[in-house]
Amino acid sequence: MKKSSKTGEIYYKPPKLKYSFFPGCSLKASGHENTMSLMKFCDRVNIELKELEDWNCCGSSSAHSINHSIAENLPMRNISLVPKGVPLLIACPSCLLRMKSMYLKIKGDEALKQEYENRWGQPFDEELEIIHFFEIFSRIRLEDYIENPRGKLKNLKVAVYYGCMLSMPPDLKDEKSYYGIMEKTLSKLGAEIAPYGYGMRCCGTYLSAAKPQIAQTVVNEIVSRAMEAGAECLVTACSMCHLNLEIRCTIKNPIPTLHFSELLSMALDVKDQKKWFPRHIVDPVPMLKKRGLITS
Amino acid sequence: MIKLGQNQDDLADEIKALSGINFSACFHCRTCTNACPFLEGMDYAPNKIIRLIQFGQEETALKSSTIWVCVGCNTCSSCCPMAIDIPAIMDGLRHKAIEKGIKIAEPDILSFHTEVLNTVKKYGRTHKLEIMMRYKLKKLDLLSDMGMGLNMLKKRKLDLTPSKVKDKKAIEKIFKDR
Ligand code: SF4
Ligand code: SF4
Repeated sequence: MKKSSKTGEIYYKPPKLKYSFFPGCSLKASGHENTMSLMKFCDRVNIELKELEDWNCCGSSSAHSINHSIAENLPMRNISLVPKGVPLLIACPSCLLRMKSMYLKIKGDEALKQEYENRWGQPFDEELEIIHFFEIFSRIRLEDYIENPRGKLKNLKVAVYYGCMLSMPPDLKDEKSYYGIMEKTLSKLGAEIAPYGYGMRCCGTYLSAAKPQIAQTVVNEIVSRAMEAGAECLVTACSMCHLNLEIRCTIKNPIPTLHFSELLSMALDVKDQKKWFPRHIVDPVPMLKKRGLITS
Repeated sequence: MIKLGQNQDDLADEIKALSGINFSACFHCRTCTNACPFLEGMDYAPNKIIRLIQFGQEETALKSSTIWVCVGCNTCSSCCPMAIDIPAIMDGLRHKAIEKGIKIAEPDILSFHTEVLNTVKKYGRTHKLEIMMRYKLKKLDLLSDMGMGLNMLKKRKLDLTPSKVKDKKAIEKIFKDR
């Protein structure tokens, strides 16, 4: 139980949630500001994230594209590292897809299960829960931690961008869809949502490196449609999308792109913006200042 | 179900085995093609690739740029009325093309994937700076994108040193029997 500082009312403090956390290569390196703000946010809402000990790359599209055995074994090793009884939380949509697909594949295939156990010397954990960061919004209530949520991102007009993370291959069709979760959460915090129809367009992923022209076309389309809809910023839930939207956009004076976790942290009064925003290619500070959401 | 052509059964069965997908059910509604964000970069539309295999035009499918330009974003498979896993078919075809030593239509994309896996083999995790440097060196193209690269360095988006897995043996094991 905790007392509200303003009203003196006693409100309910939910129990601590504990997860193993798989950052993945993007969040660990180029998207470090995403990790920092995500950790801060979780800390404020009583969630304990413990980085998965000695995790490796999930293999991403590259292993999948050119080597089956590596594409299967990279996620397998990660699965074998998760401590029993603790759910695994993943914030990168692409890592989630690779890990979850592999987990379900092993689960449904006795021979593969045997191979996994022989190779990684661990009994296969039939009960392991692998969840996306979005899932925590079904397990906590932001209102329990924020006194006046509607005032937090007041008047900020955002275009939410999921990229292809809501698109699921047929083997994951039974998984929960998180469509609408960013809109719902951000409106709860007082932001206004700009509908623009490009929130689920793929950002181009690695074509950004290998075929920059193709990536540029899709990115420019996404950003300009968001701007036409009146958005002052884009909000992403994927570090790689975030990077692509920033580096492959060639339109003049583009709006900034924020990580969902950065806005969440700001709504919980985290004051670490100086660690995150200098890492953005398009500086969000002037816009946020204009909206009175940050002061320095 | 459409069955035509001589090699059709062979390749079709192999791709089916590789991807676990029965694409004979495709009735060419083109939903996948209409949804694909990267159609412009492809020589054959996604449903046409399926058509080619159905018709036994193995070589053409394996030589296409489509199988490399497809990023596996699942936009198509999410809306296919027959629940066909199109990116898994593309995966199967890519593997086949490498295995058969077919001339790769998009060598840059293959080279990028190879560099990514090289860093994973070395460190257990990817290292963007090294991937980009080696990829560019191989292409003999260090200058394009230079400004962007420097900007990323300035913004500390590219770590100079890689993040590494401690258990090197485990990573070796993964890469050994490929
Ligand atoms: S959406 Fe499915 S059924 Fe329609 S053309 Fe594409 S693969 Fe075939
Ligand atoms: S998975 Fe491949 S074919 Fe399907 S929409 Fe994405 S890029 Fe296009």
